Amino acid sequence: MAENVKPRVKVPKSASAGEVITIKSLISHPMESGQRKGPDGNLVPRSIINRFTVELNGKNVIDMQLEPAISTNPYIEFDAKVDEAGEFKFTWYDDDGSVYEETAEIEIS
Amino acid sequence: MELNRRKAIALGAGGAAVVAFAGSALAQAATDAAAPAADAAVNTAAAPQTEAKTVEQWIEEFTGGAEVTEGGITLTAPEIAENGNTVPIEVDAEGASEILVLATGNPTPGVTITKFGEAAGSRKIATRIRLAETQDITAIAKMDDGSFKQATSNVKVTIGGCGG
Amino acid sequence: MTMIERARKRRMHRNLVAGAVAATLSWTVAPGAIADPVDEPTIEVNGGEFSLPTRVEPADHVKDALPEVMSGWLFRDADTRAMQLDDFENQGMIFADSGAEAWDTVEGTEGKSCASCHNDIESMKGVRASMPKMNEAGDDLWSMENFINDCRVNRMGAEEWAWNSQPMKNMTAAISVQSRGLPMDVAIDGPAQSWWEKGKEMYYTRFGQLEMSCANCHEDNYGNMIRADHLSQGQINGFPVYRLKDSNVVSIHQRFVGCVRDTRAETFKAGSEEFRALELYLASRGEGLPIEGVSVRH
Repeated sequence: MAENVKPRVKVPKSASAGEVITIKSLISHPMESGQRKGPDGNLVPRSIINRFTVELNGKNVIDMQLEPAISTNPYIEFDAKVDEAGEFKFTWYDDDGSVYEETAEIEIS
Repeated sequence: MELNRRKAIALGAGGAAVVAFAGSALAQAATDAAAPAADAAVNTAAAPQTEAKTVEQWIEEFTGGAEVTEGGITLTAPEIAENGNTVPIEVDAEGASEILVLATGNPTPGVTITKFGEAAGSRKIATRIRLAETQDITAIAKMDDGSFKQATSNVKVTIGGCGG
Repeated sequence: MTMIERARKRRMHRNLVAGAVAATLSWTVAPGAIADPVDEPTIEVNGGEFSLPTRVEPADHVKDALPEVMSGWLFRDADTRAMQLDDFENQGMIFADSGAEAWDTVEGTEGKSCASCHNDIESMKGVRASMPKMNEAGDDLWSMENFINDCRVNRMGAEEWAWNSQPMKNMTAAISVQSRGLPMDVAIDGPAQSWWEKGKEMYYTRFGQLEMSCANCHEDNYGNMIRADHLSQGQINGFPVYRLKDSNVVSIHQRFVGCVRDTRAETFKAGSEEFRALELYLASRGEGLPIEGVSVRH
């Protein structure tokens, strides 16, 4: 199990109705690719975040399948269209079965 | 090609660097040969999902064998990456419902499949990826009308720096 | 000496070095024209929250060595440079955040955290810019790591952290961030002077089978390529750095080990007297450059 996994997101506090905003997300995670050899000469088993999803008030923004080519501490930047105030829900799925969640509120200005 | 090669050599600016870059110029040719070996390596590592699919398999699964045309999708990646561990890329395809990104020279070429939902503000994502060597990155977008669009970008990964 | 004379002297030096190296190793150092550092006067972090000068006038004690003191940021690719412009995109900040958490965590037999004595971590503002410096007893030159371990052992009753351990690097990152933008300003007189002189001697001493000194790369050839690597002045104002190669923060002495090893020498150990002396000398070469830590390098 990966240690010190910590999700973080950067979302504007408010937007005007219908505005497209840019969201940045990052989760601290080693993204062990399964290609790397450990000190004992054996391959270190793969252990990655394999899926990342974002919803706004239950509506899907993006749903990403992630592969070992994504760098350590996966960083993902994307756009969302904000029609109403509410809550973004971010979910990261780990190979080891862990699920990490983060939320962020957004207001309509 | 000739121009790129010369530029790479100029950047490397040393006998040893020429060797390094000449090697990486062959990366594409080596990719196909390396893929089956990579399959075996991943399987023995007992990865949770044994899906070291080849580039061709990824594309076949994503497109179902449909025709893929150039244009209508923008892939932004550095011409030269200072370090292959963290290479920023951005892919943008207006009107896409899904985008597949492949690092064709990696032992496992898959990078991501992104599906855009009803609250997506664009059909664009930016992320950071690992490149094992100099290679082509390919992005294929599945458009809302069912067609497929493709863009490819070559990234030279510098090797032969100071280890530290 | 005028600028031109200095430049000429540097070029002559450069040719000599390149010639010598080429003769023995059949690799060459190329002329700098194709790989000059970028021309950005400042590093604008977080949309201008920090505006960090990239070039400063050399202090008196380095005037003869460097016409201009330059941040290593100038020598990196556009994509690497961009990662330092926003704390969210700067992965080094993940480690600084972990360090800041540890700052408030009680450890050891005395039931204390760093905050028990030092209050908020913001009280560490300025510390990084003055490191390394003489300890309170005045009998040893200490890097920040020494001060941290002194607190841990003697005030907290906690175990020492190894020099390059993750918790140590996280803590030095967290403390360094407090000084971001402050100019490097280390004391090199009084009891520190002999350390400084020792560090200077090391800087110009050739080590290893390749017989290379720090100066061969970072004074005579900054701006040039060494194979695929763009040589900087080897300034340490960005440390600890987030290094893409390691996907982790890297300490000053950890980088020294890498450099010395690349000369094919037996390296000194992180935390050794030698590396602390070298750290002081390097800090003084960068006098006036702003603390960038945690910076992003390749």
